[in-house]
Amino acid sequence: MSHTYHRRTSSTVIFLGLLLAFTITVTFLSEGMGAGVISTSFVKTLGKTLCLALVAISMDLVWGYAGILSLGHFAFFGLGGYMIGMWLMYERTREVVVTSLADAPIPPTPQEVSDAIANRIFGVVGSADFPMIWAFADSLLAQLMLVVLVPGVLAGVFGWLAFRSRVAGVYLSILTQAMTLALSLYLFQNDNGLRGNNGLSGLQNLPGLTDVPQALVSVWFLWGAALALGLGYLLAVWVVSGKFGSVLRGIRDDETRVRFLGYPVETYKLVLFTGTACMAGIAGALYYPQAGIINPAELAPIASIYLAVWVAIGGRGRLYGAVIGAAFVSLVSSWFTGGQAPDVPLGFYTIKWVDWWLVVLGLSFVLVTLLAPKGIGGLFDLLERRVAPDRHGADLGPDQGSLREEESRE
Amino acid sequence: MSALLEVSGVSVSFDGFRAINNLSFQIGPAEMRAIIGPNGAGKTTFMDIVTGKTRPDKGRVIWGPGSLSLLGLSEARIAREGIGRKFQKPTVFEDQSVQENLLMALKDRRGPLSVLFYRPNDTHLARVLDLAEEIGLTDQLQRKSGELSHGQKQWLEIGMLLAQEPKLLLVDEPAAGMTPAERAHTTNILTEAAKTRAVVVVEHDMEFVRRLGCKVTVLHEGSVLAEGSLDHVTANKEVIDVYLGR
Repeated sequence: MSHTYHRRTSSTVIFLGLLLAFTITVTFLSEGMGAGVISTSFVKTLGKTLCLALVAISMDLVWGYAGILSLGHFAFFGLGGYMIGMWLMYERTREVVVTSLADAPIPPTPQEVSDAIANRIFGVVGSADFPMIWAFADSLLAQLMLVVLVPGVLAGVFGWLAFRSRVAGVYLSILTQAMTLALSLYLFQNDNGLRGNNGLSGLQNLPGLTDVPQALVSVWFLWGAALALGLGYLLAVWVVSGKFGSVLRGIRDDETRVRFLGYPVETYKLVLFTGTACMAGIAGALYYPQAGIINPAELAPIASIYLAVWVAIGGRGRLYGAVIGAAFVSLVSSWFTGGQAPDVPLGFYTIKWVDWWLVVLGLSFVLVTLLAPKGIGGLFDLLERRVAPDRHGADLGPDQGSLREEESRE
Repeated sequence: MSALLEVSGVSVSFDGFRAINNLSFQIGPAEMRAIIGPNGAGKTTFMDIVTGKTRPDKGRVIWGPGSLSLLGLSEARIAREGIGRKFQKPTVFEDQSVQENLLMALKDRRGPLSVLFYRPNDTHLARVLDLAEEIGLTDQLQRKSGELSHGQKQWLEIGMLLAQEPKLLLVDEPAAGMTPAERAHTTNILTEAAKTRAVVVVEHDMEFVRRLGCKVTVLHEGSVLAEGSLDHVTANKEVIDVYLGR
């Protein structure tokens, strides 16, 4: 018996190789460390794309493998961003405050420093005190732990309530979407301690590294994002390649049957939902320092829907499909909406892609779902000539003379 | 003989319709039993109650030497207690290979953590090979089970049931759509299984039941109409009226 579980080791090796080659190429072409062919802002775009690919993997695990269409994973992504953003903003403001108070005739007390930081951060929402949730903002380690813990705990509590009551299918999707909407509405409030719709800004400035140019920082983040994506991919491959993956796909295809085999389906869903939420949080924590700003609009339900669209277009149920979908659609999307795509004059009307891109995206989503349910990843099956047989109308038994399918219908 | 499963005085209604009405049923640890009855007699509902899918309105379901009440336990917990179920329609995981299907069913720890770190060992692989031989799918181990024919899927499901090593097997119409030769094979597998465990077979086909050669329980309108050998129940006037005579 050569292999028990189908391990697509070849695709993993190819993926990691391509990721490495991509990272090296971009590094040598970047402004910060090489030829300067690729602008710093585009290096950031590429680095952000790698983070989006990571969150797409987490979405693929939850949706493509276990069949849970979560419309909340981008909220977990955003929460990760907020958690790291709190430290970045606090620490950076503290540096500025300490420098400006250094010239004062009397050295400032810690309380004065703290008040000054709070004033600078929260002045915009008319407050000058640190809210409770900023208690750990001065500690990088604590905030890094919160990057994983906050999405994890939220997903854990939400998942426990939802899965325990056997909410599944489209109802679960609606519920996750409601959670996302509630979270983003909460974040929009000015008095919640996270600066309301102003969000957190200036995140691209790393505390203590003010002298390092952004050109270099952008490459560092590209490396970090590539490393996280590589590790996340390996972890995901390991999770889905064994019996755990077998159970997950079983849950996707026939939940009841898995239950009658003795597997606690709800626990599996909860573990996966929570684990992927943590993964999304990490992706977000790497994304927003590159974006420089995070505000509640990032967590809006539409973002999570986009995530589902990426995975669907890339190909559900295969990890590289999710990566391809996220990278392809988000890059194409930023090209169209960034005003770089040329307008199409039709004489009577001019198609401006900024307005029409969403229509194109929606249309291609519908077309992919209807005509190519395997997405872009399905093209690789065509290359390998892997086809699913059409069993309809076949004999029911292995012998000649068995009933045929049509005959057995009751 | 102490019973492995004891169902007593169970009733359940759906929207006022009494699907099961004061039903009592017992089976020993190594016994084969056939349940027959017309459509709507409550055969499938009975299985749903035992496996925890449906909660009865009243009555008791007592399991095993420890006299554990199965009411209120989850389906997964009941399955882990040793009750395996085969559905009428073959349900195997079509997207996965025959081997993966069997490995998933193989009796082992079911928690997420132990499954995450699970790697098949030689004992398990040998067991899978044995099972595959028993159900005649040795050459198909690496094929996706969705590619199998209907009869092969039926057998794969029976193989998965055996892999679970349940103490009680609930089998819903195992021979549907099979040829005579395949039926004979299925009968052999079931009789063999009944030597070491309890097997309950729900079946429409009298000929198949006759070949099982076991005690028969006739259900009608949610309760037991008659119980005994096949000859005994088929001679019963009421049974002929509601079931055989039609």
